[in-house]
Order: sequence, then C-alpha cells, then structure tokens
Amino acid sequence: MPVATDPKAKFAEYAHPEVLVSVEWLAENLQNPDVVIVESDEDVLLYEVGHIPGSVKIDWHVDLNDPVTRNYIDGEAFKALMERSGISRDTTIVVYGDKSNWWAAYALWVFKLFGHADVRLLDGGRQAWIESGKGLTREVADLQMGSYPIVERDDKTIRAFRDDVLKHFGNPLLDIRSPQEYSGERTHMPDYPQEGALRGGHIPTAVSVPWARAVNEDQTFKTREDLDAIYLGEKGLAADQSVIAYCRIGERSSHSWFVLKYLLGFENVRNYDGSWTEWGNLVGVPIHKGEDAGEVPVLKN
Amino acid sequence: MTQSIDENAAELSKDFSEASVRERLEFLLEFSENLPELPSRYADHPDLLERVEECQSPVYLFVEVDRNVVRTFFSAPAESPTTRGFAGILSSLLDGRSVADVLSFSDDYPDTLGLAEAVSPLRLRGMRAMLFRLKRQVLEKQSDTIS
Repeated sequence: MPVATDPKAKFAEYAHPEVLVSVEWLAENLQNPDVVIVESDEDVLLYEVGHIPGSVKIDWHVDLNDPVTRNYIDGEAFKALMERSGISRDTTIVVYGDKSNWWAAYALWVFKLFGHADVRLLDGGRQAWIESGKGLTREVADLQMGSYPIVERDDKTIRAFRDDVLKHFGNPLLDIRSPQEYSGERTHMPDYPQEGALRGGHIPTAVSVPWARAVNEDQTFKTREDLDAIYLGEKGLAADQSVIAYCRIGERSSHSWFVLKYLLGFENVRNYDGSWTEWGNLVGVPIHKGEDAGEVPVLKN
Repeated sequence: MTQSIDENAAELSKDFSEASVRERLEFLLEFSENLPELPSRYADHPDLLERVEECQSPVYLFVEVDRNVVRTFFSAPAESPTTRGFAGILSSLLDGRSVADVLSFSDDYPDTLGLAEAVSPLRLRGMRAMLFRLKRQVLEKQSDTIS
C-alpha cells in the first residue's frame, strides 16, 4: 500500500509534494513497516554519534561509489546494499543528512538512477530533527533483509556525461558552485582544497546559482514562490527546457537537481556528476573565466 | 609513558587493521570523544591556532615545544566526529613525545590503520594533512627555541 504523502501546506505548492516529509510526519512514521529511513552525511561518523531511531546509514564514498571505477555501483551491488539496508523495491525511503541534505539529495539521485520509485527527503535534514528535540539514538536497529531485484542503472535520463555536456551547448547549464569557483578565482570550493582542478572557471554559458540559494537558514527548502523567483524569474529558466546542473563532484548539484526536478517540476534536468573535477582537468574542452557566462564555444573535432 | 612511540603506533595500527570495518568506526568514534579539550589559553585565543585547510570541517591545531617535549592541541566541532577522531589518534600518539620522536614519525602512518576502507581515501587525506602541519610546526618551534 502506498505510504501517504505529508499533507503539509508548504509542500502542496511544489510540483511534486510527495517527495518531501516534515519532522512531524517522520515522527509519526517511525514504526511504519513500509518506510525505511536512511541517513547520508558528509561526515561518515555522524550516524554513529546518534541517528533517528530505526534509521540505516548509507555513505556515498563507501557504499554508493564503485571502489575501482569512478562511477556508481552496479545493479548487483545496489541490490545487495538495498537488501542489507532492509529496503525492498516498493519500500518508501526517506533520506536525511547533514549540510542541508547535500549528501541525502545525492543518495536520492543515485537511488533514482536505479529507478527506485518512492524516495523522499526530510525537509531540513538532520538539523531539523535535532532541533525538534525528538532525539537521536546510537542503537542500530535489527533490520529485516529486504528483497530487491537486480536493476540496470539508467545513466541516460537524469545523468549527464561530458559528451552530453558538449552536445548540450545552446541549452541552459547551471553552475551551482560558489561565486569564486565560478569566476575562476578559486580552483576549489572554499574549505575543500583537496578537490581542486587544474583550471579555474566554468563551463561556457553556464549560469551561476549557488546551491545554498535554494535553502533557508534553518536548512529547509525555500517555498515554491521563492524558488520560482530565483530560477524562473531571476535566471530565466523554464520548466520545459533541458537543463544540466553541475558542481565539483556532483553532490551539491544533485541538491539543485532535486529542486528543479521535484520542487519546480522540470521534466528534463540532468546532473553532470563528473562536474568541475572532470571538466576543469579535461584535455581539449573550453572553459570560461570571469563573472559573465561566456559564449557558446566553437568546438573543433 | 612506558611504551615507545613506535610500539604504541604499531599496536594501534594492529588494533585498527584487525578489526572489522564497523569496529574501526567505533574506535575512531572513541578517539573523537576522547579528544582533549583545549586549555583556556588557546580556547580563548583561536587566533593562535592554525587551520588545517585540507580538512573539510574546520579543524585547528597548535603545537608547543618545551624543553624538547612536544605538546599538541586540536580543536574541531562535535558535528565533525571523523575529523575529531583523526585528531584524537594523532594526539594520543604524539602528545608528550620528544621532538625527535615526532619528527621521525612516519608521514604514511594514517594509511596503516585500515581507515581508507572505512572512511574513504579522500577523507583520510585530512589526517595526513594534520600530521604534516603538526610536524612543520614542531620544526618551526624547535628552531625558535634554539635561537
């Protein structure tokens, strides 16, 4: 039986109200056998410090990335991960995490590569839960193994590779890194020097919308009206356009991907997970420096 | 301190690498929780501390060298337990050791703990960076003492 949508009025304004849940909704569904709560953080030990009762940890480095190829795990490994996390194909997954749900949104995006139907985010993430005073636990729940099919990862619908980006010129590109990374002043994100690139700047024609513009100070998503004003009003995007978003390694851009896809209803939006750590180091591709977007480049074969 | 730094380090890397991945995380969490608080002379003067830029979370360190003995001080927020754990390991091994012991301590030590599997190689780079900066401070302060 499908798990009911959180009826919160704020969510009803979004294109897909069913993809968000509030702290209150989650508290009422802690015991719901059709719901599995997943914590996904930047800091791999935060779950051990304390987590939402009954939740399981899925870490992007350790669980979602293939250890050898720079890619995500395959269908077989995903089946094993889902089953040991107590998730079946029809389970409702609620993901939450630190840093305004960066990594939670990233995990959600990877779950969608495998076509998992019902994945939701906890609005406000780990911080919202903590601030509600509902409490964390260190107890790791005894899970019943899930039953999951081997699903082939779909790398076409919501994922873009560098060749897709080269073919995409003329359509909107969204750069969601910091303004300094966008202009080329920095080759890495503030505080993240180990994920640098040889060149600083952005993919020509990309517009800059730092990811954090989509969230309030309390880490919850901004309202539909506020998001429309930024992405449609200020940046001039339209929901029927084909959009590719990128950042540095694809995690902050999966957060913006989530906003465009589910909160604003963009049908055709992809995340370029190679992002600047690939493009900024790639032989033979153009970049643009400075605060302006730059022109569509003339590509040589 | 009865054990030499090498014995201590070897024992710790044995404990870590022989444990399961989940246990390694538990050990790391213990180090995180046991990281000594900053003494007030540093807690009240964050400007004295050096930021470890290579770490994703804000972590600061400071080294004192007094009559050939190295004292290490770290500060990292509770929301960054992995970083605190790295600092705790280094503090437990290096605090109170001689300058020579600290300077000859292997730069590759973080790789011997089996943590790459548990926390990922990228995150582990933060611990190497802490060790590098700590040793550099010891070198600088040792020469200050001599001059």
